[in-house]
Amino acid sequence: MKIAAEDVTPVAFTVILFLAWEGACRLFHIDAFILPAPSAVFAAAAHYWWPLLKNSFVTLWTTVVGFILAVVFGITLGLVVGWSRAIYRGLYPVMIGFNSIPKVAVVPILIMWFGIGEIPAILTAFLISFFPIVVNVATGLATTEPELEDVLRALGASKLDIMRKVGIPRTAPYLFGALKVAITLAFVGAVVSETIGANAGVGHLMVQAGSNFQMPLVFAGLLALAVEGILMYALFALLERRMAGWAFRASMSAAG
Amino acid sequence: MICLDDVSLSYKGRSGEVTALAHTSLTVKQGEFAAVVGPSGCGKSTLMKLVTGLIRPTAGAVFVEGKPVKGPVKIAGMAFQNANLLPWRSVLDNVLLPLEIVPPHRGRFRREKDFYRARALDLLGVVGLRDFAGRYPWEMSGGMQQRASLCRALIHEPALLMLDEPFAALDAFTREELWVVLRDLWQRLGFTVVLVTHDLREAAFLADTVHVMSARPGRIVETRVVDFLRPRPLEVCYEPAFTDLVHELRGKIAEVRQA
Ligand SMILES: Nc1ncnc2c1ncn2[C@@H]1O[C@H](COP(=O)(O)OP(=O)(O)O)[C@@H](O)[C@H]1O
Ligand SMILES: [Mg+2]
Repeated sequence: MKIAAEDVTPVAFTVILFLAWEGACRLFHIDAFILPAPSAVFAAAAHYWWPLLKNSFVTLWTTVVGFILAVVFGITLGLVVGWSRAIYRGLYPVMIGFNSIPKVAVVPILIMWFGIGEIPAILTAFLISFFPIVVNVATGLATTEPELEDVLRALGASKLDIMRKVGIPRTAPYLFGALKVAITLAFVGAVVSETIGANAGVGHLMVQAGSNFQMPLVFAGLLALAVEGILMYALFALLERRMAGWAFRASMSAAG
Repeated sequence: MICLDDVSLSYKGRSGEVTALAHTSLTVKQGEFAAVVGPSGCGKSTLMKLVTGLIRPTAGAVFVEGKPVKGPVKIAGMAFQNANLLPWRSVLDNVLLPLEIVPPHRGRFRREKDFYRARALDLLGVVGLRDFAGRYPWEMSGGMQQRASLCRALIHEPALLMLDEPFAALDAFTREELWVVLRDLWQRLGFTVVLVTHDLREAAFLADTVHVMSARPGRIVETRVVDFLRPRPLEVCYEPAFTDLVHELRGKIAEVRQA
């Protein structure tokens, strides 16, 4: 396989970014308490690899558990809401309303209810990633072309038949698009919750390191988060292409 | 085959009731090719939904095959202006879709998939799409998609084919090609057709009878029998008798639009 310029660009861009950062730190003698140079950050990452890995793992599993809950409940509720256009039209504004509440604001409440630990992180991840899934699944179902529905109903198809043959397959691109966004949001939720009150996780580690003035470690934590976030996004982007690839190809051609 | 007896239909919209059809009567015989023409918004699509049982009349009665229509009739194939093929299915699988729904094929579909595939390929052959069976809808032109949509409407060998402006979105050349495709399918398979269109030449070329509808609230104001010999070649469209017929129909529509 030939490697195209497009494939190299992101890597090259990242490397240049780090080089510029390193260069700027050295050139302007930036205080390590303000912005540590990448070399210092990588050194901290190598030195504290075990705590970083351990806490990354905690963040990962709370994110994933919250996300799985969101997927299960999100798809279920999405199917219910999208089942009929009347329910959809009635509930859509409510869902959008809920979705626009900053979920981060409920973290202190969750901590008061469930104490410091993984549960608030899981619940925050769940809450923050739940609505995009519901909204997208419901929209995918409720926007089925009425004429296509007529074609099938005139054949004697039941509502369930129409869902199985058209509604649900048609929802796949909406769902995978939502999952890609939701996993990133779940991750944000888990980390925010950890920074507010937890005894493990990368968010917790960064707060601790910050209060000990170990800025390179704080940035190493940030780097760990970035890597985790990108990997999760990439995984779901890949899944999306495999499961609903037709939507990409269909939208790329004019006749679609 | 189809009989509408003094049918009226009102929609309850946000801005009060809309009477789409008022006191419409219409009969279509077994095997007949009927066309319905009329100004936009006069209730043609509503008429189609009434005949297929997708909506119930506010007043009057609808009969299909002698029986009063109480719900979706289950013997109708439908096609619309938009081909509405499923983009995640190949053309062949799109055509097979009705067989996954209509009894008795529904129960046999899995076991006799090969038999049904062969049948679908034959039908695709008739409309000239046999070699495109494995393609996806987005890889095909609008005319080809509409051919596939016709096959989907006919695969379960319905007694009744309902077409709601099926060729309206196509260019003039493709449209004439599809007239011929539809003419041949009809002559071969012998189903009853109701074709809604606002193309008067299309109606005159294809149909045995042309029904003209008035502006909303719609009803049938005139029924014309078209008796050009069959099989009709496309050249019929350039004969004086044909042009006269189209002219008269046009005059009638202009008249009802004024009213
Ligand atoms: N679901 C509906 N609710 C309310 N009004 C409708 C509905 N469907 C159609 N109408 C109205 O009924 C009239 C006839 O519609 P239609 O049968 O689609 O006309 P045509 O197909 O002849 O253009 C139009 O004025 C349209 O606005
Ligand atoms: Mg219409």
